Amino acid sequence: MGAESSLRNRFERGLAAPICLTWELTYACNLACTHCLSSSGRRDPNELTTAEAKALIDEIAAMQIFYVNIGGGEPMIRRDFFELIEHAVAQHVGVKFSTNGTRIDEAAARRLADIDYLDIQVSIDGVDAATNDRIRGDGSYDSARRAMDNLRAAEFGQFKISVVMTRDSIEQLDEFEALAAHYGAELRLTRLRPSGRGVDTWQALHPTLEQNRRLYKWLLDRPNVLTGDSFFHLSALGESLPGLNLCGAGRVVCLIDPVGEVYACPFVIHDEFRAGNVRTAGFRDVWTNSELFRTLREPGNAGACTSCGSYDACRGGCMAAKFFTGLELSDPDPECVFGHGERALAAKRVVLRPTPSPDHSRRIPVAISAR
Amino acid sequence: MSPITVAFDVTAPWQLNEQVSLRDESFGALAYHHGTRRLVFLKSRALVDVVRRVGDYPTADAALDALVTPDDRGRYVTALASLVRSEIIRGR
Repeated sequence: MGAESSLRNRFERGLAAPICLTWELTYACNLACTHCLSSSGRRDPNELTTAEAKALIDEIAAMQIFYVNIGGGEPMIRRDFFELIEHAVAQHVGVKFSTNGTRIDEAAARRLADIDYLDIQVSIDGVDAATNDRIRGDGSYDSARRAMDNLRAAEFGQFKISVVMTRDSIEQLDEFEALAAHYGAELRLTRLRPSGRGVDTWQALHPTLEQNRRLYKWLLDRPNVLTGDSFFHLSALGESLPGLNLCGAGRVVCLIDPVGEVYACPFVIHDEFRAGNVRTAGFRDVWTNSELFRTLREPGNAGACTSCGSYDACRGGCMAAKFFTGLELSDPDPECVFGHGERALAAKRVVLRPTPSPDHSRRIPVAISAR
Repeated sequence: MSPITVAFDVTAPWQLNEQVSLRDESFGALAYHHGTRRLVFLKSRALVDVVRRVGDYPTADAALDALVTPDDRGRYVTALASLVRSEIIRGR
């Protein structure tokens, strides 16, 4: 169901608290995926302490944020991972966390299965090791499948298989659907963003116009496939995809990074979209009073999309995708289904793409071994 | 949207489901069902009030008699039936 326009307008003016809050627990990661949104790898020494993280969870509970999406880095690397998610769930803050699965051995799977109100998203980016490991690193396919096997054996229940849509993975949609069915899992597909290390790989990996059209039709036929409202730019093709179909940055979503910085959304970890830090005055203060968020909540300008009849369907697309490909925020989405974004990029004499900041990538590539 | 299949009997007692959290917003409220993980939008303050208080009355009829005008009644029955279907309110 698409949100009716009056409700969508209210959302665009911001809510009392986010509907969907993403919290990257750590920049530490044992993988080095080529499209990592948060340029993760090395732990930041200034990471929130256990006490600070618990205080943040208390504030999230007080603001009645119903659930948090926990990610990273690899969140299970934090030694207090279970302590924190158990603290959240005890206060009725639901937890959905994304993991590469490397730390879900049999014992961890059993412990996870014991926690109510917990959703797990295991990431893979191909239905075979060759496709997946090209992006996520050698051995990462096997370790993700082992995690899924362990979750099933521990009777965790319905977990999610989370896939970023690349030029390669988009050719495997039916196989992903079969894999999810094999585990009794839900399938979750998200859009590849040119954010983080994706700045360097997006050009080669992002779906073609023709692939996006196919994806749109495939999703319309499968309302049960989850998308995190990721593909609203494709709604310009006709009937709206399920979801709110708007850019929620700073309005209904935001991101808290491992050192407490608050960004407008998970895809814009960059100084330009930093709203404040939870360590200064708390998260509520940032959400309510940040100048950046107040600006984002002002009525939007359709910019170059003003004359396009589909603006109401796609709202000009994704702010992060524009920013990191070097487009203006008033330009069309680089993956505009009518090709307006591609033409806008081609028309620029010089394309200045922002450098991600901060970058926690490991400086020396580390060999990844499956456990 | 699929047709309403869960029966909503206005002569029966109903209440806000205890698995649901309500958060007030300028347009009404957000309702989140922790079991189904579904988010529902309540699009007016008045509806939020009915949802919060329907459990204080012996029947949905009695709640609507007390809380809404006769002209609005039909809309509220439709809205409550939809909230029964999404398990935001439940029988008691």
